[in-house]
Amino acid sequence: MMDRRKSIQTMILGASASAFAFHSCKTDKGEAAPVEGETAVSTDTKYYGRTPAEAERDAKLKEEQLFNEHEMETIAVLSEVILPPKEPHGGPLEADVPEFIEFIGKDMPQMQNTLLGGLMWLDHKSNTDYGLEFKSASLDQQKEILDQICIQDMEVPLDDQPLQIQFFALMKNLVVTGYYTSKVGIADLGYKGNQPNVWDGVPDDVLKKHGVEYDPEWIAKCVDNSKRNVIAEWDEDGNLLT
Amino acid sequence: MQIKESPEVYDVIIVGSGAGGGMATKQLADAGLNVAVVEAGPFFDPADPKTMTQLKWPYDSPRRGAGTTRAFGEWDQSWGDWEVDGEPYTTEEGTTFKWWRARMLGGRTNHWGRISLRFGPKDFKGKTRDGHGEDWPIGYEDVKPYYDKVDKLIGVFGTNEGRENDPDGFFLPPPKPRLHELFYIKGAKKSGIPVIPGRLSMLTKRINNERGVCFYCGQCGRSCQVYADFSAGSCLIFPAQKSGGKVRLYVNSMVREITTNEEGKATGVSYVSKDDRKEYKLKAKVVVLAASACSSARILLNSKSKQHPNGLGNSSNLVGKYLHDSTGSSGAAFVPDLMNRDVTYNEDGVGGMHVYSPWWGDHSKLDFPRGYHIEVWGGMSQPNYGFGFDQDNFNKLMGFPTGGYGDKLRDEVKRYYGAVIGFGGRGEGLARKENYCEIDETTVDDYGIPVLKFNYKWSDVEVRQAKHMQDTFEEITHNMGGIYLNKPGKDRDYGLHAPGEIIHEVGTTRMGDDPKTSVTNKFNQLHDVDNVFIVDAGPFVSQADKNCTWTILALSWRASDYIIEQLKQQNI
Repeated sequence: MMDRRKSIQTMILGASASAFAFHSCKTDKGEAAPVEGETAVSTDTKYYGRTPAEAERDAKLKEEQLFNEHEMETIAVLSEVILPPKEPHGGPLEADVPEFIEFIGKDMPQMQNTLLGGLMWLDHKSNTDYGLEFKSASLDQQKEILDQICIQDMEVPLDDQPLQIQFFALMKNLVVTGYYTSKVGIADLGYKGNQPNVWDGVPDDVLKKHGVEYDPEWIAKCVDNSKRNVIAEWDEDGNLLT
Repeated sequence: MQIKESPEVYDVIIVGSGAGGGMATKQLADAGLNVAVVEAGPFFDPADPKTMTQLKWPYDSPRRGAGTTRAFGEWDQSWGDWEVDGEPYTTEEGTTFKWWRARMLGGRTNHWGRISLRFGPKDFKGKTRDGHGEDWPIGYEDVKPYYDKVDKLIGVFGTNEGRENDPDGFFLPPPKPRLHELFYIKGAKKSGIPVIPGRLSMLTKRINNERGVCFYCGQCGRSCQVYADFSAGSCLIFPAQKSGGKVRLYVNSMVREITTNEEGKATGVSYVSKDDRKEYKLKAKVVVLAASACSSARILLNSKSKQHPNGLGNSSNLVGKYLHDSTGSSGAAFVPDLMNRDVTYNEDGVGGMHVYSPWWGDHSKLDFPRGYHIEVWGGMSQPNYGFGFDQDNFNKLMGFPTGGYGDKLRDEVKRYYGAVIGFGGRGEGLARKENYCEIDETTVDDYGIPVLKFNYKWSDVEVRQAKHMQDTFEEITHNMGGIYLNKPGKDRDYGLHAPGEIIHEVGTTRMGDDPKTSVTNKFNQLHDVDNVFIVDAGPFVSQADKNCTWTILALSWRASDYIIEQLKQQNI
């Protein structure tokens, strides 16, 4: 059986440079290399797991256009004021936030009125105050406008507050979620998961920092990762022998 | 339109390919029987890169993981959720039932939580214990040998704790607790609530050379490509095929009814192919229903004939009755001591809780009869759509200024990442005759098959149990130095989830010794028709404060052994 698995591993590794297996022990960089006994894992990026009906729906949405060019530019400018880019992980534009918001607006049409109406409000306000569209106003002028709509009343349901307050709250949520679900945003957050690894508990310094510790009796029952590839056998009372 | 009849007579037709159908397929095919598996959804293999969602990043999708087309988020590996296109169901006015269906090979086992708890000795004898409901016609000792075999065949991690009603088993070693789980342990123990390692069917250690070992991505809900978690397709049906079993899969095939002969015995099934929308017939010596508690009841009720005017197996008038789901109430706590997490390590772990609380209560001091267990979630998990929404709620709790924008948003996101702990109380509701599903003669699905109408209301005891859950979560939260979020009160039934929402519906074809008060006998065989068996959760007499899958698997195996024996003796 070992040979069969190895040959599958080689096959997959040969087929794609991005396919990989993983270490049975931790590495500093989290880099992975094939290890005897482990099963290779697919890292295909061609698909994102849609059923045919879902894929058709997404293709249709992608062809539709919700925002015109000016609105897309306004969203781009606004999103960078909400969450300014910062080295080394960029900002909303590096995270494709405007494109994400455009798609979500089509995917969840209940947002469209707030988004489209809010963008109109922004230009109307900016034109009235400064004789300029929002995207062409100075950063200080843009902030002056946003300062008037960025605080919602926490005691009142958002739906009962003025459109411009709802618009800003929605945009802020979409900008933050759009950024932190992007490659650069995840790097900024520091999330280390979504890759093959072996869980061996919380590091000691983290336990200390939060003032907790492992109970030795509990830990004694937990998995011994050095034997994870040894086939389990028990005695008749259910005691693990291997 | 002429119905197309296949000349082949199978030994067994199995309707449905989830936990119960998968186990029956494995056991019956391994015994050399010629088996047809009829599944209403398409073929699915967790290892197929085209449909795989495991290890996807949110940015692989334009909607970043949002749940627009899948109720539990777009990576959840369930094709179908509370609604299935073209397959409606109805509810009686003033009642609620939510019905989750997964239309795919392996059914709901592809996305389930893998919480794999045995029922304990008390769980089979509810009436003896407290006067409510009915006892099962079998006891723990009847099922124990099968639980043991299921543990070894499928693999489940956990620990032997010697607890009376949470039986020991043959466990793989559990993973170490995560940081928030250590907080939970501390908080729960302070209130005298037991916490033990989780019991989930994921391979923390190899059990054979066919399945891989867990690589800790925390995504079992996406179904594992190396088959390190239990799904019925990858762990039962594929192995049955690979070891040379005669297993013919009919997918996209919606069973309409069980066909019968003049003597009233089952002769096979008729089904509608979703591909060409034509009706077909298959013949077999034995029919095994494993379509899920409600779907199997629907098939029986739709199988009317001269011999069975009331529907098949329904001489007791109890098919569809005693429908019950687990109770559930959920909560969340914000824990300031978990703010400003160190993100230098990966704490995805397995796709679920590393620790949990089994039921601990003393009913002589409580105002509800049955118990619940507590599931725990939290940690630094993968950001998806919705991540970072409404940070101001936390700012408010911490007394920081709310509103605003700019660089401070980055600081807020990082400050609160991983600082929330969630609780899920999952318990036992009472099986009541008044809660049921029946055929709605006014409505058919897109295949012309009459649909189910649900009639389900919680009683006061379930509401009181939910209140106990909420009070307990709040107490544990305070013990952890946390702030309990949005506690639901009496006006919201203490957060008690609507019937069906915990997706543990059971009881529609309950087992018993008396054909007047039960639908199947203690071997899951219809009292009325001896060559029809039901191996999903329909035959459950009562839920427990446990999840139902491990018991479905054990009872399906037990029923399969009985079928093999009865065929050998030519009794059926």
